[in-house]
Amino acid sequence: MNITVCLKQILDPEVPARDFSVDQAKLEAERGSANLVTNIFCENALESALQLRERTGMGNITVLSYGPPSAEDSLRKALAMKADQAVLVLKEDETKPDPFGVAQILAAAIRTHVPSDLVMVGRESGDWGAGQTGALLAEELGLPCISFVDHLEDKAGKLVVKRQTDSGWEVFEATTPLVVTITNDEHNVPRIPKVRDVMNSYRQPLKTLNVAELGLESATNSYYKVVDLYVPQKETECEFVQGDTLDDRVSIFAQRIASVINAL
Amino acid sequence: MNDVVITLFSSAFDKAAQGLAGEGRRLADKLGGRLHAVILARDGSGLANDLVHIAETVIVIDQPEVSSYQPETYLTALAQAGTNLSPRVLLFANDTYSQELAPRLAHRLHGSAVGDVVELRVDDGSFLVVRQVYGGKAEAVIELKRTPAVVWLRARSFAPAGRRESQGVISRAELTLQRDTRTRMIDSKREDQGEVRLEEARVIVSGGRGIGGPEPFENELKPLADLMGAQMAASRAACDAGWVLPTWQVGQTGKKVSPDLYLAIAITGASQHMAGISEAKTIAAINTDPDAPIFKHSRFGIVEDYRKVVPLLREKLGALRK
Ligand SMILES: Cc1cc2nc3c(=O)[nH]c(=O)nc-3n(C[C@H](O)[C@H](O)[C@H](O)COP(=O)(O)OP(=O)(O)OC[C@H]3O[C@@H](n4cnc5c(N)ncnc54)[C@H](O)[C@@H]3O)c2cc1C
Ligand SMILES: Nc1ncnc2c1ncn2[C@@H]1O[C@H](COP(=O)(O)O)[C@@H](O)[C@H]1O
Repeated sequence: MNITVCLKQILDPEVPARDFSVDQAKLEAERGSANLVTNIFCENALESALQLRERTGMGNITVLSYGPPSAEDSLRKALAMKADQAVLVLKEDETKPDPFGVAQILAAAIRTHVPSDLVMVGRESGDWGAGQTGALLAEELGLPCISFVDHLEDKAGKLVVKRQTDSGWEVFEATTPLVVTITNDEHNVPRIPKVRDVMNSYRQPLKTLNVAELGLESATNSYYKVVDLYVPQKETECEFVQGDTLDDRVSIFAQRIASVINAL
Repeated sequence: MNDVVITLFSSAFDKAAQGLAGEGRRLADKLGGRLHAVILARDGSGLANDLVHIAETVIVIDQPEVSSYQPETYLTALAQAGTNLSPRVLLFANDTYSQELAPRLAHRLHGSAVGDVVELRVDDGSFLVVRQVYGGKAEAVIELKRTPAVVWLRARSFAPAGRRESQGVISRAELTLQRDTRTRMIDSKREDQGEVRLEEARVIVSGGRGIGGPEPFENELKPLADLMGAQMAASRAACDAGWVLPTWQVGQTGKKVSPDLYLAIAITGASQHMAGISEAKTIAAINTDPDAPIFKHSRFGIVEDYRKVVPLLREKLGALRK
């Protein structure tokens, strides 16, 4: 089975709010001192793919990213985690394609260069959080799609796919080719690659493609457009309960809680 | 052409359905169009009777091909209904099925989709939405360029609509459907915790990584929650550790809750977590770190090890109750 995992490199989403600011002209976050990291749900997707390959003892995993040259680091890390091949579709200009544009590029790359039985993407990215690429990719490829998946099994040539819902879970049986979007769960916390594998990953081949090689003019930007971006101000004054002893402090804390609850 | 369609996948007229219908009504009025409610759920007739007082038309899709959820078949049904109605905007709530299908529906109708929206604006013919981005650290205004606009809302944050004077019309859809067999649901389970859904809970006790394991959730937090009449929730870190169910996760990629009181215990207050509780009226926190961001959003807090605070807190609350 050929598995393709789509990886997006983003600004570290865990930078604390106090270190975060936006560039009003570019309508994006200031880079500041933040690192670039692989979106966590993409790593959850890769971890799920690796486990599926381990369980079935077969399968070939390609990691695919559309991004600037720095996205190579995300792909190298994925190779260190033991993906089989890596493909980078280079974004050569400053344009910010919308989710539809990205899905068209990824779909074209898959069609022309990365034959796939199973395409795995993250449920959403930690920067813009569109949560659409998987769905649009499925449409572009004409494939069925199951979202919020946290576990996959191979069962007699069919996939058994468990996914989270608002109220619990659902299990689907699916034929390939298929697109799934992956969510986090206790079993797909991404593994930490070994130092040696990280070093080796830089010697592994990495295929680089241009958008033009995919038979596309450029990423379309016809879907949506960001017209404003700002940091909302909403801090609350916190009363840190005071008192000589812990008992005193907890008493006041309890009173505060009781007064909110009793007013309901 | 200026019509609005709302789509519902559950037969309950709950806070989400009310918010969705309310915003759909207001938007249709603003656009000078009609509101159509599409119900794709088992036993949708009760809901239809509620919605008929808000929408001009209510369309129930209850053909056997959609008697159970199958994403591809549902999508075909929605695309056909959407083509027939040819609206300016299609609104959804932010439940699993809505999030799963809305972007694909936009693609099929040659429109644009955007999700997790907290505000809709119609400005000189352009259609704008407001949503959180960068894990809740920023807000963006986004213009949808294609028509129809397909939007999933944080539906519970929107106000309901009153009854209209004239009643709408309920009809049954007759679509050409064929069950897609490429994917098939073979099992499912609801793991709702109590009678009240987390999203509708008025008091929530939530634990984070600092709780340290599944036992204190059960032995310390659960009795406290019971005493407070609260539902339990957790941060992603606690869910990823496997201490509690994934359905407990609150945040950007978990539940969006709007309780009157949210007690965060041993939770840092990362922006992605806060994104799920921006509608909470009062946040209170117990944390050992006075600089934890959670305190910046809390009305009151205590800087102390929760293992010392929680047993005492139970005692004090118990005494206050009597
Ligand atoms: C794309 C994306 C989506 C995400 N979505 C979500 C989401 O939906 N929900 C979510 O919660 N997170 C989400 N996260 C993760 C989020 O960024 C944080 O990593 C997470 O919320 C941290 O959880 P935590 O506060 O429990 O853990 P930690 O950050 O480890 O904090 C533990 C806290 O407990 C305190 N503590 C420790 N011991 C004690 C004690 N004995 N008594 C009292 N206090 C103690 C510590 O001071 C600390 O503040 C997302 C991240 C990304 C990148
Ligand atoms: N530029 C990209 N390159 C590769 N994969 C991407 C890219 N953008 C989005 N994706 C995939 O789509 C998922 C959801 O992203 P989004 O729709 O932007 O929230 C991510 O977790 C990735 O798996």
